[in-house]
Amino acid sequence: MDVSKAKFLYYLLFLTSLAGNFGLGSVLLAQPQSDKTHEEFLSLNGETGRYGGRIVLALRAEPKTLNPLIASDAVSREVLSTLQADLIHINRASQLTEPALAKSWKVSSDGLRYTLKLRQGLRFSDGHPLDVDDVIFTFQVYLDEKVHASQRDLLIVGGKPILARKLDAQTVLFTLAKPYGVGERLFDGLFLLPRHLLEKPYREGNLNQFWGLTTAPEQVAGLGPFRFKEYVPGQKLVLERNPYYWKTDAKGNRLPYLDQLVFLFAPSADAQILRFQSGETDIISRLAAENFTFLSRQSRGYTMMDAGPGLEYNFLFFRLGDLDSKASAEAIKHAKWFREVKFRQAVSAAIDRDAIVRLVYQGRGVALWGPVTPGNKRWIDTAIPHPPRSLERARQFLREAGFSWKKSPAGEEILLDAEGTPVEFSIATSASNADRNKMAALIQDDLKQLGMRVQLAPLEFRSLLDRVTQTRDYDACVLALASFDADPNSDINVWKSTGNNHLWNPNQMHPATSWEAEIDRLMEQQLSEQTFEKRKHLYDRVQEILAENQPMVFLASPDILVGAKNSIGNFRPTVLEPYVLWNVEQLFQRSTEGGTSP
Amino acid sequence: MNRKRAFTMLFLILAALHLIIACAGFFATYNPEEQNRELPFAPPMRLRFFDGQGYLHARPFAYPLRLREGSFDEYEEDRAVKLPLHFFVSGARYRLFGFLPMRLHLIGAEAQVHLAGTDGLGRDLFSRILFGGQISILAGLLATGLALFFGWCIGAAAGFYGGWIDEILMRCAELFLALPWLYLLFALRAFLPLTLSPLHAFFLVVGIIGAVGWARPARLVRGIVLSAKEREYVRAARGFGASPFYLLWRHILPQTRNILLTQAAILIPQYVLAEVTLSFLGLGVPEPTPSWGNLLSSSQQYRVLASYWWMLLPGFALVPFFLGYLGLASSLQEQGAPSNI
Repeated sequence: MDVSKAKFLYYLLFLTSLAGNFGLGSVLLAQPQSDKTHEEFLSLNGETGRYGGRIVLALRAEPKTLNPLIASDAVSREVLSTLQADLIHINRASQLTEPALAKSWKVSSDGLRYTLKLRQGLRFSDGHPLDVDDVIFTFQVYLDEKVHASQRDLLIVGGKPILARKLDAQTVLFTLAKPYGVGERLFDGLFLLPRHLLEKPYREGNLNQFWGLTTAPEQVAGLGPFRFKEYVPGQKLVLERNPYYWKTDAKGNRLPYLDQLVFLFAPSADAQILRFQSGETDIISRLAAENFTFLSRQSRGYTMMDAGPGLEYNFLFFRLGDLDSKASAEAIKHAKWFREVKFRQAVSAAIDRDAIVRLVYQGRGVALWGPVTPGNKRWIDTAIPHPPRSLERARQFLREAGFSWKKSPAGEEILLDAEGTPVEFSIATSASNADRNKMAALIQDDLKQLGMRVQLAPLEFRSLLDRVTQTRDYDACVLALASFDADPNSDINVWKSTGNNHLWNPNQMHPATSWEAEIDRLMEQQLSEQTFEKRKHLYDRVQEILAENQPMVFLASPDILVGAKNSIGNFRPTVLEPYVLWNVEQLFQRSTEGGTSP
Repeated sequence: MNRKRAFTMLFLILAALHLIIACAGFFATYNPEEQNRELPFAPPMRLRFFDGQGYLHARPFAYPLRLREGSFDEYEEDRAVKLPLHFFVSGARYRLFGFLPMRLHLIGAEAQVHLAGTDGLGRDLFSRILFGGQISILAGLLATGLALFFGWCIGAAAGFYGGWIDEILMRCAELFLALPWLYLLFALRAFLPLTLSPLHAFFLVVGIIGAVGWARPARLVRGIVLSAKEREYVRAARGFGASPFYLLWRHILPQTRNILLTQAAILIPQYVLAEVTLSFLGLGVPEPTPSWGNLLSSSQQYRVLASYWWMLLPGFALVPFFLGYLGLASSLQEQGAPSNI
């Protein structure tokens, strides 16, 4: 599929880079070179920058670890993405795969064997050369059950772990038990580990305690554009230029341009804004719309950018699925309404999504009728209808499902179910998320016009999650999910009825409804389809089933809003994470004194 | 004498403020829960007496606001239309003092006039401040009453009887002061049903604050009772065979009156604010019902303060109340017990 194109592009870039660097031309491609000085660079297009300076940005929390095996929080992953590298990488701008540490790859026609060829002359950030044994070691560690690596599940395909075998000094063969629809995207984010540093702790069984933030910098090595320099608890994390990095710019200058990358810790959005405004940080991302407008208005020396809708989707969902024997009569009654698809469709029809986009996101977002946002250009099913808000249609749905209305003594309309019980339920939200509280308040008012009495229950986030996933003691909830990749597989845990993120009824033994069974089947099937067209066709059907049955009433998706100082070159935010640092090796300060003073 | 006059003044001002809040429905211009989605974050409208030509109007008027093209929260006045204010008009339904159904409002106009601007959902902030005051002030008063009542009973018992009763009660009080309340409240929230009607939530807030707050007044009362029961006239009364109850009621507890009043004046504003914290844990009064607590919690965000200054008005509404109560507290303290004992 995209491999050949990417490969072609790569060769093109590669040739120009070699020509620029050594003036040797294509001969070098033909035979492996034993010359130690020879390095196969990946050359990147973009504005040619200047060396020096640094970029400072704020993180909302301290990273928990520098160990890729146990890093599961977004902050640690973001830091790791600048310290480490993978074999094949998803380009965050094009959303397609491209060669990284592997300069090329071949997929067998049955989709079971991936042959990856490593770049020559690769070195870890401590100068130690990388070879195929490091790759084999990495996959051995990831797959070792005793290590409990968070990546392990991704590497189990068709119930069997992926096999990695060394073919020669530059080539690795990966064998899968079953064709895997994601294809080479699988390798994205699987950071290669240095065997010379980690083999000993691995043998001793304490690899998971390794590479904490207090580790000595010379003990940490990676293949990313930066390497670990200093950690000051509660204040900052300083990374410095990796002198052995394997990418160059179009002119053949070794990247990255920056001398340093500094992460400050600023726990709240407000603290981040103040720091950005005062010039203390150079880049700000993950901005809420109101803060974005606010910063745009005061803009002095920086530019604010709207990268368009991201992958986050906000939705309202009802508790479906069976109740246990302890459930109250009230809960049983509520469950009966929620299971009625016409009830959910009525709710969906009554919600004013445009008002949500306008009032919550200040227009910097899009209304949603399905889980895939317009930011995910390749996978969105454009055939899903976008019915405008209509209370009349909502009432029609409710009437068909046996609901009726009566007037209260105070003159308000009250919706009654078939047994004459007034429809009254609660929507839980996270108290600390102002955006979703606002959405819930809008929904509350929308549904009041249908005669539903909705109460809002803002809860502390952890107790909210506990209620939704553990005790299942709630009526409805407004939440958001953000896929980490554009590929539907990143959401497989949400759509499959066995998944623990199948929020409306998680961890089912058997699918509770026929449409959930069909989604399960479709998701399973797209996993092993090999062409994009076939997978897209199957996933479109999943989106349609979701839009029709409304287990989640999709609401809106916010734009990715970022800002950077004007002095920063090559700043090209994307809608995939990490929004601003994905091309950190190309970022540069236009003026030499560009870096901010500490 | 002068001090007395200041006290009376403060008391009258506070009483007037409370009366306004009690009649919120009459003074408010709109239903505090009504959303006007076309006017989010509209600034307060200016009341004018002079129009564009410089003519004086006896009746104050406002110009309606219109969103600037392509903007989300920038408004311009539409000078072509005048919205004169009318007095004693019929408007949104409300219940005076919580039970009298009425529609009479002090002021109104033909179209929306937002004297204190609107919030992010286009709700009239002026009305929300007035109605929010009802919840907050009442919660503050009831919770203070509850805390002081418990504190008074427990403190008096501990001080008067002494011995093991004193030991147990005071260790309990210390335990209450030392407990990590935040975490206990998390746990409490997990046990409660998800849906709390505003009325339940209100009594829950009062109950929690009262239950948490008794320890400090109890210790104060105990101290006074301890010193009072050793006074000579108390010993004399005891010698004449007065019962413990008579001693407490006639001779000892009157000494605690001033400390209780001072405490009340200090605690009421404190408890009004405690509701903000509880709202955050999901124990406060839920949307869309306004309270000063949840109105203020939206001004926690920096950009709200920077872009929409009127969102701070609920905070200014608190100022006269707090000043009034604290002034009352200090003048009570000055008149107070120490010189009398």
